[in-house]
Amino acid sequence: MTKAPNDVVITGIGIVTCQGVGTEPHIALLKAATAPELKIEAERFAPYPVHPMPEIDWSQQIAKRGDQRQMENWQRLGVFTAGLALDDAGLKDDAEACGTMDMIVAAGGGERDINVDSLIVDEGLKRNDREQLLNEKLTTELRPTLFLAQLSNLMAGNISIVHKVTGSSRTFMGEEAAGISAIETAFARIRAGQSTHTLVGGGFVAERPDVILLYEALGAHATGGWTPLWSRDENAGGGIISGSAGAFLVLESRAHAEGRGARIYATIDEIGGDRGRREDGRLESRLDALVDGLAAKAESAIIFSGASGMHVLADREKTWLDTRFAGVPVRAYGGVTGHALESQFPLGLALAGLALANEAKVPAFDPSSEGTMDGAADTAIVTTIGHARGEGIAILKAEK
Amino acid sequence: MTKAAFRDHLGRPIVAVTGMGVITSLGQGLKDNWAALSGGVSGIHGITRFPVDGLNTRIAGTVDFVELPAENPVERSYFYARETTDEALAQAGLSGDFGGPLFLAAPPIEPEWSARFALADRAPPSQRPGDAYDRFLAVLRDKPDPALHEAWLFGAISERLADRFGTRGLPVTLSTACASGATAIQLGVEAIRQGRTDRALTVGTDGSVTAEALIRFALLSALSTQNDPPQKASKPFTKDRDGFVIAEGAATLVLESLESAVARGARVLGIMKGCGEKADHFHRTRSSPDGAPAIATIRAALEDAGIAEDGIGYINAHGTSTPENDKMEYLSMSTVFGEGLSKIPVSSNKSMIGHTLTAAGAIEAVFSLQTMLTGTLPPTINYQNPDPTIVLDVVPNVKRDKQVSAVLSNSFGFGGQNASLVMTAEPA
Repeated sequence: MTKAPNDVVITGIGIVTCQGVGTEPHIALLKAATAPELKIEAERFAPYPVHPMPEIDWSQQIAKRGDQRQMENWQRLGVFTAGLALDDAGLKDDAEACGTMDMIVAAGGGERDINVDSLIVDEGLKRNDREQLLNEKLTTELRPTLFLAQLSNLMAGNISIVHKVTGSSRTFMGEEAAGISAIETAFARIRAGQSTHTLVGGGFVAERPDVILLYEALGAHATGGWTPLWSRDENAGGGIISGSAGAFLVLESRAHAEGRGARIYATIDEIGGDRGRREDGRLESRLDALVDGLAAKAESAIIFSGASGMHVLADREKTWLDTRFAGVPVRAYGGVTGHALESQFPLGLALAGLALANEAKVPAFDPSSEGTMDGAADTAIVTTIGHARGEGIAILKAEK
Repeated sequence: MTKAAFRDHLGRPIVAVTGMGVITSLGQGLKDNWAALSGGVSGIHGITRFPVDGLNTRIAGTVDFVELPAENPVERSYFYARETTDEALAQAGLSGDFGGPLFLAAPPIEPEWSARFALADRAPPSQRPGDAYDRFLAVLRDKPDPALHEAWLFGAISERLADRFGTRGLPVTLSTACASGATAIQLGVEAIRQGRTDRALTVGTDGSVTAEALIRFALLSALSTQNDPPQKASKPFTKDRDGFVIAEGAATLVLESLESAVARGARVLGIMKGCGEKADHFHRTRSSPDGAPAIATIRAALEDAGIAEDGIGYINAHGTSTPENDKMEYLSMSTVFGEGLSKIPVSSNKSMIGHTLTAAGAIEAVFSLQTMLTGTLPPTINYQNPDPTIVLDVVPNVKRDKQVSAVLSNSFGFGGQNASLVMTAEPA
């Protein structure tokens, strides 16, 4: 690979999944001989299994208790993970760098007050004037600050407040595609010289009934226990097991990174996203177009698939991967972390960056469907196919 | 024209606006909107969409004259965006697949209360307090509802727009709170400057006035409670301003590289000359007391545009009519423009259309360009009792004929969001 000053390189990784906090436990699982121990919560939201948040000491990245109190877990997780990424890049206490740093956050919405919602619908069952009831109850029961904990752009807002990242602040919405567009946009801006360093990523909390409800409206969430991602039980829900996860990257131009002597995990070589109808092979045609001309050698490449596990879609992705990249080992990380919706694609890039930089021979996460790796990879392909729409692929190259 | 004529002061492609569409409480289409806006007409009225008994704020700038297939913010926001995009593309003389990216500023979507009540009606009875979602889940586990799923997705509006207008790639749906519309335009400008595309569709839409939205803003004491008469409630830069008036609307701008616009013989309505942004880390809803981020935002937009402070002929203010915003916006403008500010007319469209939230930056960009095209400055209405600490030429109450060739438009929002745009008349 020819190096260029406007290469987009990953210099900081913040990652939180059920497997742990920060890069260390994730490097360990990527370098382990076998798939990590399963971390699943099957009781609390039964019949829905979810990958839970690990134990987190929020104060390590959100020093002020007052700041912690202003947020619910969704925002806390994002702010916490963003802090990890800044720390990892060596920029956490660099006021100048944070003050000029651009930021793109892939976000959904924050937690609703489940008790207030329940109170209102229960009362509504007894009354005919439901709209009047809404006015009464919302006015008296809603905590004013909860609105701010729900607002999509307030994850970014809180990152500005807590970590002083203030070069710019943009929030992208729209499920998996938001995460794809966030990285695609950051990449394009750095390539074109519109930004020198950008914090990009998101956080997702699966342990929310309102989140499970979103999937279940489509019958898409798995029920019962955990099963391997590529062979989810067709008679136990829709295949998706969601997982709480945060993933933020610090992306820099090579010139900016080298100028400050930063450690480079990997270079993002290409990234693209698309959307459209999926029937009759249209999805596969678009995926083909996204990797047009890419040659990946089986012995030196790895695929981090962000497959959600949703029935049919997972099978189609696996078939396409096995056809287009025959012999290249595939690792469906959602089987280990759960599906993280907006954060799924950033999470894949975080894992890919860690794997490349640490020359990991990544164990199969689903050994019945995933081949072994014979040696470390120099190329990582990250996919995410949205459970309802949108798909994206990034190609990462190891720093040599 | 030579190639150099298509490049700006930094050698980047110049970005032209070739199509505009707008809908607000004042009406549908640029023509009607402009006639009302320049005529000093208010679109603010009492809310009839839902009962307002017992609420402190009972007024809004809702768009009540359209027919929708279903009553919810997704349908509304989509409808407004579709209509303004139709209008903008027609003006741009573009038909068929658009063939460039879509940047959509859209409100964060929450499930409708009507949907929750409907689920509750079908659900088993409560077993314990706080179990409504368990019961909803039981209903949907039994019988999924794909239409409901679609209505809860943040990506639903851009998906439909992308299909209808044949935009290219993944559409971006974004929120930077009340700066969203400006951010959508900024993303379009950046994409063209990157050379990724010759054209971009930039849309801001907001059809999210519901009881819950109104109450949430009211609980933050952000809204005016001077309900009577509604038309007088939004009074930016006055001493008795007491909050913004929540409103709806949408605007679409077709952005094209000047080179491609000229090549296809399109009429250039104006130039999107520069964009600036700077986030604030002071507080979730309040801006830094020294105004530094807003000041930096305006300066960044001027620098990006390559225009000096004395080159700006008119400012389309964010001007929300909240005590905080108007004070801080004045502080930032007076810091950037100094003595020169007294010579720059500054008016607030929100005095007439209210605060269209996610759409505001796009709507006000359209009105900024129209200001240059018509040589008419829209007024700030309800300016009866000026705030003596805010010394501005607000174009009080009545429009003014004045030709301007460069306009600054500000957008500031919750979460420390600040964005400013600089637009110039054609030729650049």
